Amino acid sequence: MSDILQLFVAGLATGAIYALAAIGFTLLWQTSQTINFAQGEFVMLPAFFVLAALLYGVPFWLAVLIALALSVLILGVLFKVLLVDPMIRHGVLPLVIATIALALLLKEGVKELYSAEAQAFPPFGAAVNVSFFGATVALQSLVVLGVAIAVVASLQLFLNGTRTGRCMQATAQNPNAARTLGVPVDRMILYTFLINAALVAIASILVTPIYLAKFSNGEWLGLYAFIAAIVGGFNQVRGAIVGGLLLGVVDNFAAAYLSAQYRLAIPLLILIVVILFRPQGLLGRIEERTV
Amino acid sequence: MRRWTTLLNIGTLTLCAVFLIVLPFFLRPYGVYILTLWAVMTVAAIGLNLTLGYAGQVSMAQAAFVGIGAYITALLTTHGWPFWSMYILAGIACFAIGWLLGYPALRVQHHYLAFVTLAFNTLLFLAFRNEEWLTGGNYGVSNIPRPPVLGWTTDPPRSFYFFCLANLGIVSVATWWLLRSPWGRAFVALRENPIRALSLGVDTRRYTLMAFALGAALGGISGVLYAPLVQFVDPVPFSLALSLNLLMMVVVGGSGYFFGPFLGAIVSVLLPEWLRFAEGYYLIGYALLVMVLIVFYPSGLMGLAERIIYRPQKTAAASATTAVPETAP
Repeated sequence: MSDILQLFVAGLATGAIYALAAIGFTLLWQTSQTINFAQGEFVMLPAFFVLAALLYGVPFWLAVLIALALSVLILGVLFKVLLVDPMIRHGVLPLVIATIALALLLKEGVKELYSAEAQAFPPFGAAVNVSFFGATVALQSLVVLGVAIAVVASLQLFLNGTRTGRCMQATAQNPNAARTLGVPVDRMILYTFLINAALVAIASILVTPIYLAKFSNGEWLGLYAFIAAIVGGFNQVRGAIVGGLLLGVVDNFAAAYLSAQYRLAIPLLILIVVILFRPQGLLGRIEERTV
Repeated sequence: MRRWTTLLNIGTLTLCAVFLIVLPFFLRPYGVYILTLWAVMTVAAIGLNLTLGYAGQVSMAQAAFVGIGAYITALLTTHGWPFWSMYILAGIACFAIGWLLGYPALRVQHHYLAFVTLAFNTLLFLAFRNEEWLTGGNYGVSNIPRPPVLGWTTDPPRSFYFFCLANLGIVSVATWWLLRSPWGRAFVALRENPIRALSLGVDTRRYTLMAFALGAALGGISGVLYAPLVQFVDPVPFSLALSLNLLMMVVVGGSGYFFGPFLGAIVSVLLPEWLRFAEGYYLIGYALLVMVLIVFYPSGLMGLAERIIYRPQKTAAASATTAVPETAP
């Protein structure tokens, strides 16, 4: 029983990180029909910004802020202006190809310019375990979970509680109607790219102490973000949260009780089953068919 | 005007064919190997172009079919099966699996379909890696023989290159014929406007599945050639990365253009080799070039070529390609 609780909490913690990446993925899709195949690399990269800043002797908190700023600039503004804006009117597929090439660029760039070896990454708080109900849980898992919940909650508050947030939702639901009603649609789309960049940076800083910083991390991180986004519902922020948490827990139990070799197979099978039988996702709405 | 372009086309094609035949005599064995890899990957990309470019179904599982073809060939020819039967076995196996994989395409479209095929590719990769009793796991299958052709051995790199080039030629002619047939026209109708195609009496269900199955079968044929080329098969080459790479070939070359995959495979297989002088940075340069290319020419290299050569006829050509054919079966 205590094993199960331990696995469950650790699963929730990694799941919360997948959820952050999945929310960004969903937001980009909603507002600009961008399927970002580099999302995994987006989560991989900011950790290396932190490491690079630490090399210059900067304190950890400042390194995190620098990484956040660089992410927002490069993965948010530059990504949108240089790649998405020129491509978006040519349909989804060329942009998908461009993001695949971008993923390769980021991966190879980190490998060549930083290191091909896995790098240790400073964790949050001391390596202390917390015991409750007979289970021993790493404090780090609880910190991760707490930060992720705080981030998601403030994002929800922003989206539902502020005028800008509601304008963003309007842009996501119907850009033409939003434009007619005076919403500055282009600026709202830019905001979603900035939010995505901030989310991947936070996810990166949370996930890297658990799995080490490595240039190839994006391969599986991206896959998990896709799966979480689609299983939960591609057009719902709530869906991405549920999908991420579910995925983290299922993945952890599969690795512990089924087979380490086929660990990845379980999330993939869930993905296939969900797409075939409930393509709108667990919490999603059916998108209207256009002729 | 039309005759002039036909002559130009025939002239260019002949030049390219002569070039491809003469080129290996000026290359070292490694160059010949890369050129052979180009021919093999082009076969897989032609298949994907059929599924994606003509029928409009996004598949991210083409590497899985190359893998199935390669493993069938590797496992059976090392146990003494004749190479020629591999075309039939791998072709049929991939056709059948592709047909089954096409069923999700009937229910979901676009990005959902992309993710189903992506999941399939990764699942198959896990099976290749973990089912050691069958595939040898990470150790793979080695010592795959190259087939004799009409009593001639194809062991030397150049001979095997010509063998693969001949295969590519046959696949190209067959695909060309297929695309001129009512089937090919039905595929295009499926891509341009599935609902209109349905109302014109095209059995969209059958043609969607057919597009998947034929594309998959060509992926399998590519695998049949891949196994004796490398003479060693392990799971790594058939991961999602190859599927994404093949997708890149088709789109960068020009999705929906007959010669798109040929050019796309040049970009994807040969360009990184040409950039080797940059050592560790060659993949960075390659990724940058692909991004620049796709940003400036989203319809791919063939779209660019068409714009340069056929500029005066642009409007006529555009209306001809978008019109739904009236001869749909």
